[in-house]
Amino acid sequence: MGTGMFDYAPAPESRAIVDIAPSYGLFIDGELVDPVDGTPFKTVNPATEEVLSEVVAAGPQDIDRAVAAARVAYDGTWSHLTGRDRGKYLYRLARLVQERSRELAVLESIDNGKPIRESRDVDVPLVAAHFFYYAGWADKLGYAGFGPDPRPLGVAGQIIPWNFPLLMLAWKIAPALAAGNTVVLKPAETTPLTALAFADICRQADLPPGVVNIVTGAGDTGRALVEHPGIDKVAFTGSTEVGRQIARSVAGSRKALTLELGGKAANIVFDDAPLDQAVEGIVNGIFFNQGHVCCAGSRLLVQESIADELLDRLKRRLGTLRLGDPLDKNTDIGAINSPEQLERIRELSAIGEQEGAERWSPACDLPDRGYWFPPTLFTGVTQAHRIAREEIFGPVLSVLTFRTPAEALEKANNTPYGLSAGVWTDKGSRILWMAQRLRAGVVWANTFNRFDPTSPFGGYKESGFGREGGRHGLEAYLDV
Amino acid sequence: MTATAPIAGDLADVTASNAALRRFLHGLPGVDQVGVEARAAALATRSIKTTAKQFALDLAVRMVDLTTLEGQDTPGKVRALCAKGMRPDPTDPTCPQVAAICVYGDLVPVAVEALGDSGVHVAAVATAFPSGRAPLEVKLADVRAAVAAGADEIDMVIDRGAFLAGRHLDVHDEIVATRQACGDAHLKVILETGELATYDNVRRAAWLAMLAGGDFVKTSTGKVSPAATLPVTLVMLEAVRDFRAQTGRQVGVKAAGGIRSAKDAIRYLVVVNETCGDDWLSPDWFRFGASSLLNDLLMQRQKMATGRYSGPDYFTLD
Amino acid sequence: MSDRQDRLAVRKTYKLYVGGAFPRSESGRTYEVQAADGRFLANAALASRKDARDAVVAARKAFGGWSSATAYNRGQVLYRVAEVLEGRRAQFVAEVADAEGVKRGAAERQVDAAIDRWVWYAGWSDKVHQVHGSSNPVAGPYFDFSVPEPTGVAAVVAPASSLLGLVSVVAPVVVTGNTCVVVAAEAAPLPAVTLSEVLATSDVPGGVVNLLTGRAAEIAPWLASHMDVNAIDLAGVTDAELATELERAAADNLKRVVRPPLSEPDWEADPGLDRMLAFLETKTVWHPVGI
Repeated sequence: MGTGMFDYAPAPESRAIVDIAPSYGLFIDGELVDPVDGTPFKTVNPATEEVLSEVVAAGPQDIDRAVAAARVAYDGTWSHLTGRDRGKYLYRLARLVQERSRELAVLESIDNGKPIRESRDVDVPLVAAHFFYYAGWADKLGYAGFGPDPRPLGVAGQIIPWNFPLLMLAWKIAPALAAGNTVVLKPAETTPLTALAFADICRQADLPPGVVNIVTGAGDTGRALVEHPGIDKVAFTGSTEVGRQIARSVAGSRKALTLELGGKAANIVFDDAPLDQAVEGIVNGIFFNQGHVCCAGSRLLVQESIADELLDRLKRRLGTLRLGDPLDKNTDIGAINSPEQLERIRELSAIGEQEGAERWSPACDLPDRGYWFPPTLFTGVTQAHRIAREEIFGPVLSVLTFRTPAEALEKANNTPYGLSAGVWTDKGSRILWMAQRLRAGVVWANTFNRFDPTSPFGGYKESGFGREGGRHGLEAYLDV
Repeated sequence: MTATAPIAGDLADVTASNAALRRFLHGLPGVDQVGVEARAAALATRSIKTTAKQFALDLAVRMVDLTTLEGQDTPGKVRALCAKGMRPDPTDPTCPQVAAICVYGDLVPVAVEALGDSGVHVAAVATAFPSGRAPLEVKLADVRAAVAAGADEIDMVIDRGAFLAGRHLDVHDEIVATRQACGDAHLKVILETGELATYDNVRRAAWLAMLAGGDFVKTSTGKVSPAATLPVTLVMLEAVRDFRAQTGRQVGVKAAGGIRSAKDAIRYLVVVNETCGDDWLSPDWFRFGASSLLNDLLMQRQKMATGRYSGPDYFTLD
Repeated sequence: MSDRQDRLAVRKTYKLYVGGAFPRSESGRTYEVQAADGRFLANAALASRKDARDAVVAARKAFGGWSSATAYNRGQVLYRVAEVLEGRRAQFVAEVADAEGVKRGAAERQVDAAIDRWVWYAGWSDKVHQVHGSSNPVAGPYFDFSVPEPTGVAAVVAPASSLLGLVSVVAPVVVTGNTCVVVAAEAAPLPAVTLSEVLATSDVPGGVVNLLTGRAAEIAPWLASHMDVNAIDLAGVTDAELATELERAAADNLKRVVRPPLSEPDWEADPGLDRMLAFLETKTVWHPVGI
């Protein structure tokens, strides 16, 4: 990595554009407030282990307050606004995200560890696009196919993960507000800062107080929010295990629930695939965002007849990935988000080796400080290996082979998950044959990890239920 | 005419017949347009700064085939171009010279004389450039004349009509014949990618040219739009990389036409770097066919050296 | 079908309907089914957890073929069911009247509504994709579309409404390609049993609908916790505690759950799309557009 004659000099994005406060309160009823029973904790830069700020782990009384604010805003303001006016607020939010895009991208990379290239070119533009998209729906709900006058659900409790902090916020808040709900959103424990920046954007937009409330914290805060009797809807993105707990905890209530959970996607490469683009798709599938992607193509299923050639190409390509400072504009692989996640990746990788799979990484210097894991692939993996079944959520690819389309399909579907899948072949009819039969919510054919606000996203089976994005995404926030 | 190009054993029989050649070329992995363009666009976002930029600018200057291919070319114009190619920035002795001066065949003697033993090569376009629409014997005579006049490099055009009509073996054999006519001169095979229309065709034509013995594959004549693009060049770089992996023979790539800014040139070098690596980062293996590019490279060099922005008045026109 | 004075009736012990066959409960148990006025009507099989297990296996086995049949074909098959239902109208009217203790006119209205409901759903087979699918105008060179697909194997606890309610929960599940295991209304299973005879004598492949009679409180927990069941409809669960328990168990493999209604719904009202959509997944497919 970067040891050839054309060695790219450091090209760091400036941090000067972000202004991180030494501490933050909770964003409730339009203001950052001190907690009632919350306790402070620190958020760190995973690339340097530098403490960035101190935030609050909201307590039950803080959640009470936030839900009450959301309820008052729902009853008093938001549910009386016309769709047109709700839409205008959303357009304002979208525009402000665009205007502050550089700042948000830098902040996201600092707090999350993801490369600035991704936060700048993928995350933040998609955030703005998502708000723009749903802004337009706010005054057209009667045409969305859910009856002539669909009603919102009320107050939504939303819990989002650390892998795409601001983007997941947009996926949650934009459709909820467009449909007329108010929200209490909890960002992930390790990545609260862009959500707090978004709180400031709500203030700039003069969004009525209480329509968006942001409560930081970890699992206990999330549990208090999910179990709060004052909410009408729970939307969660995160692990399947936590999703299960949430589904259990809302059982017997009238809370609507949507879950976007884990995955173990197969990325299937046939012998007639456009190989160089398939290699890019594999790389983008598993090394995008350090593999911290629920829909990551973590199982490569390659037709046996081209396995060697494809692996040669893939390995050569991995040798060009640049790992390091997330703020360097040329960085491809950033930091692992937390020591806990790093430990899990290490543990499962060690298990992969113990189970007899062959581990390979390109020559790769890891920085001394921070949490890092090199791009890694395992060959000789079978369906029985744990690394072929469990979500690693890191830059680790398991390579399996197949002989026929039917075998590829069988292996791809042989998982409790069903979030996404990839198919690479030049044969159109085979793509459609596979796409019809893959039990997954998103099938990328001759591409991977593409996202768009108009495109419904979500899982089959244990990858969750409900869709985010598109007209379908409104359903999650309407009383249908 | 039979194929006589020296190629690796396992590829020897692919030129046995037009059908065999067609099967081989159509058996190459396809190129997905959206995917290759996305990859090129992603590489174009690389940020090349400070020492890396200095390296890239100097390398780019050394890779330039400084070109004039106009009906109005005169010996005077060519001599001026040669002077520029040998001393691109007269105010800066550290500025390297360009790789070659590229002219029409009839002006080769002028360029040869002007360049002397400077080390700057003389490249001549030949084979009824740019259309290639002439009888083979005429084309070969064109080549022989240029070589006889001292050209170090011949830039030929393929018969795109034959290629698009599926007469791949005819295209191949013509390249082989041209290769023979070149003698010791290096042969660059212009695919005219703008007329081939698809990336699949670009990849096939590149392989065809390599199978036939071309030393370089070159994107364009500069007379057809689009000329060189980043994704087309990426596809050709993948082809030369794969060809060497399969045959052991290294072939160069020349991106020609439409590359006008230093920023563009650096993007091409990034693509070379990340597709083929160090082995192609040399004027022996990668070239820019350009005219106005050179001055922008020089301006950027001066900006790096002095810390202030320069202007066109401070660089010679040719 | 009340006994006549001059003839001793042939009494029937009804069986389960699993995988297109009519087995007895593996447990060998039966229970007495009585009319709303307390008259003995018949013996029905008292299904056990193992029957539920077998029914899930049958439903899973049928899922591949049923879900990949053309929508036109599913529509044809289901319309054929309506034809056979119509032919058994008199039997259903008698059974509904007995089961629910309603007058003949009311029973007729229910049966007619049930047959019409079945026809209504049959017609959706090749339309729901167009209403609920979409072509998505993404900001890039991709063709992107979303189509609804059946969720898989659904467990359905049928409501007290012995035919109209039953049809209203079964038809929306199977029309889109799901297969199901239905627990018939415990107190009024005979219309359900007759429906299974209708299904068996029409063109519905075995295993698409599997029908268990017995106690929902006994069988449903096994279905709710079954890891090869993808969804559960609690329409007929009136005990709130049981409903909560079932929903909690369903979380084990993240089943799609349709909660019981707050009160017995008006089954004659326009059902809308909700029950179909509840058992549909949305699949989004991306493909580059290039030359």
